[in-house]
Amino acid sequence: MAAEEKLPAWNEIPPGGIIIEPGNAEERYTGDWRVFRPVINQDKCIRCLLCWVYCPDSVFHIIDEEYVTSKGRKYSFSLRIDYDHCKGCGICVEECPVNAIDFVEEVK
Amino acid sequence: MAVTVQEAKVTWKRLPLSSNYAVAYAVKDLDVDVIAAYPITPQTTVVEKIAEFIANGELNAEMIHVESEHSALSATIAASAAGARAFTATASQGLELMHEILHIASGLRLPVVMSIATRALSAPISIWNDYSDLMNTRDTSWITLIASSAQEVYDSIVQAYRIAEDPEVMLPVMVAYDGYLMSHTYEPVLVPEDNKPILDYAPKNYNRIKLDPERPITMGTLTGPEWYYEFKYQQVVAMKKALEKARKADEEFKARFGRGYGLIETFNVEDADVVIVAYGGLYGTVIEALEPLVEKGVKVGAMRLRLWRPFPVEDVKKALGNAKLVTVIDKAISYGARIAGPVALEIMSSFYQDEAKPMIMSIIAGIGQRRITEDTIREIVDYSFKVLDRGRAPEESLYWGVRGVKYE
Amino acid sequence: MRFEIRWHGRGGQGAVTAAMILAEAAIFEGKYAQAFPEFGAERRGAPVRAYTRVSDKPILTRAPITRPDVVVILDSSLPKELYLPGLKEGGLILVNTKKTASEFAESTGIDPGKYRIYTVDATKIALEILGVPIVNTAMVGALVKVLPIVSLENVEKAIMETFPGRLGEKNVKAVRAAYEAVAAESVVAR
Repeated sequence: MAAEEKLPAWNEIPPGGIIIEPGNAEERYTGDWRVFRPVINQDKCIRCLLCWVYCPDSVFHIIDEEYVTSKGRKYSFSLRIDYDHCKGCGICVEECPVNAIDFVEEVK
Repeated sequence: MAVTVQEAKVTWKRLPLSSNYAVAYAVKDLDVDVIAAYPITPQTTVVEKIAEFIANGELNAEMIHVESEHSALSATIAASAAGARAFTATASQGLELMHEILHIASGLRLPVVMSIATRALSAPISIWNDYSDLMNTRDTSWITLIASSAQEVYDSIVQAYRIAEDPEVMLPVMVAYDGYLMSHTYEPVLVPEDNKPILDYAPKNYNRIKLDPERPITMGTLTGPEWYYEFKYQQVVAMKKALEKARKADEEFKARFGRGYGLIETFNVEDADVVIVAYGGLYGTVIEALEPLVEKGVKVGAMRLRLWRPFPVEDVKKALGNAKLVTVIDKAISYGARIAGPVALEIMSSFYQDEAKPMIMSIIAGIGQRRITEDTIREIVDYSFKVLDRGRAPEESLYWGVRGVKYE
Repeated sequence: MRFEIRWHGRGGQGAVTAAMILAEAAIFEGKYAQAFPEFGAERRGAPVRAYTRVSDKPILTRAPITRPDVVVILDSSLPKELYLPGLKEGGLILVNTKKTASEFAESTGIDPGKYRIYTVDATKIALEILGVPIVNTAMVGALVKVLPIVSLENVEKAIMETFPGRLGEKNVKAVRAAYEAVAAESVVAR
């Protein structure tokens, strides 16, 4: 967060630290927290969606895009990672049963 | 809020009630939705009576039986967060066990009301009265009223919801009274035949921020150093507002129902060199001790503190400003402080910045319900005049009536 | 006019309830009253005391009664050192015993010239009517006879409020029996 960002005064915020609008985690950009970035190998991926289940930040998006693997296996959808909110925790990398997610260092 | 109030047409029943039962009647008449409590002496009969009202169908409420006071207040808070009018009651160790949740109730700005039948703290175990439990909650951001009769207990619980649910306040309220000396004393109390006038005076505020699946919100967030302070300052402001809200709530109560108490109560302070300050049930004993003295021309008066938090500084200073010596009787000890009476300390700090001020003497008494009779009070009055003659109040609190300690 | 009454009994005899019933009756009568127990960690058999104040004016004090106008003794085996201290001269002693007032004064060594002593065999009444030796309601009945500060009707009303139904009716019977009995048996000792 930028240090010079102007924060609201005590009487400009809801009482008691209550968050009165739902779903505002999306407005919080956490993508720059990453040291390692998960990268999906669409060819190895078996679409089990365990990554989607385990991700604490809901960054796995199911994309309406067909994919045919090099071995000719056809899937009706693909997966994409929302890198604006992925913090790079690596849980998906750990949980993927077919090692289809690579963990790549952000800065080389 | 400027409202013209007509005296409500109320038919009152005059019932013999203990202060504990007076609380239960008020909870019934206020149509409280959820009660969660855990039994503890001397509070237990409050909740027993409420359970009876629910069982009889006189009160339509949810009673949650919990396994501790920590859970009792947590469940009460949860109900309040969901928008219900919620209530709990406790004393002593129970209030101590609730302590961390006290801050959560006020921090989440939930208008919970709780009654406290004040009792001494362990160890050693004492089931008897003093105000050690209540005074430990001083800095929890709960509005705190201390009543001195069963009627006032009933009336204060009614006022408490009115204050707590005020959109500009939204803080929890405690109504305290002497354990045993009031909680188990039967005396006449007027309660309405029909609770409509009570609900007209203290209508339920359902139109507030609450947990609602249709409109999700988040309560109990984590706030970093750049946010937390502002939320605490909001509580400071709300407490400040609560002072005038409490005054207005009492004034309007009086206009409607003919009974009012003010934030403080006084007796003969205009004409007194020595003023005795007390709170809770002790005030009545003080008045009966002083009446014959005043009749004989002794220049002595009394003041009772009814609103403890927020502290009514201006009211107190106005009442005590003419006195030469103010003797404050506290029923709690702040260990390690030279002036160990919490209310004495507060009154001293109220006057500190002023040029002209009375001498102030702090007396500790009634600890663990050590007996205080009218004779005890008159001995304190005699000693006060001795101190007045000497022209200097003791630098330390006097521990009145403790065996082995004598004050010259 | 204010009356201060101190009740002495043993845990289980109902001294606290007796103090309460008298206050309730006074409140129903439109008077001011206050009733409270002396808060020990009571068990059955332990000496217990309770207090009632009755007045035409509001009662403010919450101090225990140290100079009573009346002491009511539910159990005559209690030592007099427990109930006599502070009793005003000319004050009233009402005691549950088979003895007459003069016999009671003699056996306890209480100076009958200093106090008005009344006796009633409340245990007998309680056993006959209630089937248990709980003498509190009978003692209230006897008290309002010798100290008519509240009407018998309001005592009965207070009892029916405290014990609704058959239990209340039985206790009302005990009250009436004691009310009559104390009149027949009491003697002002000379």
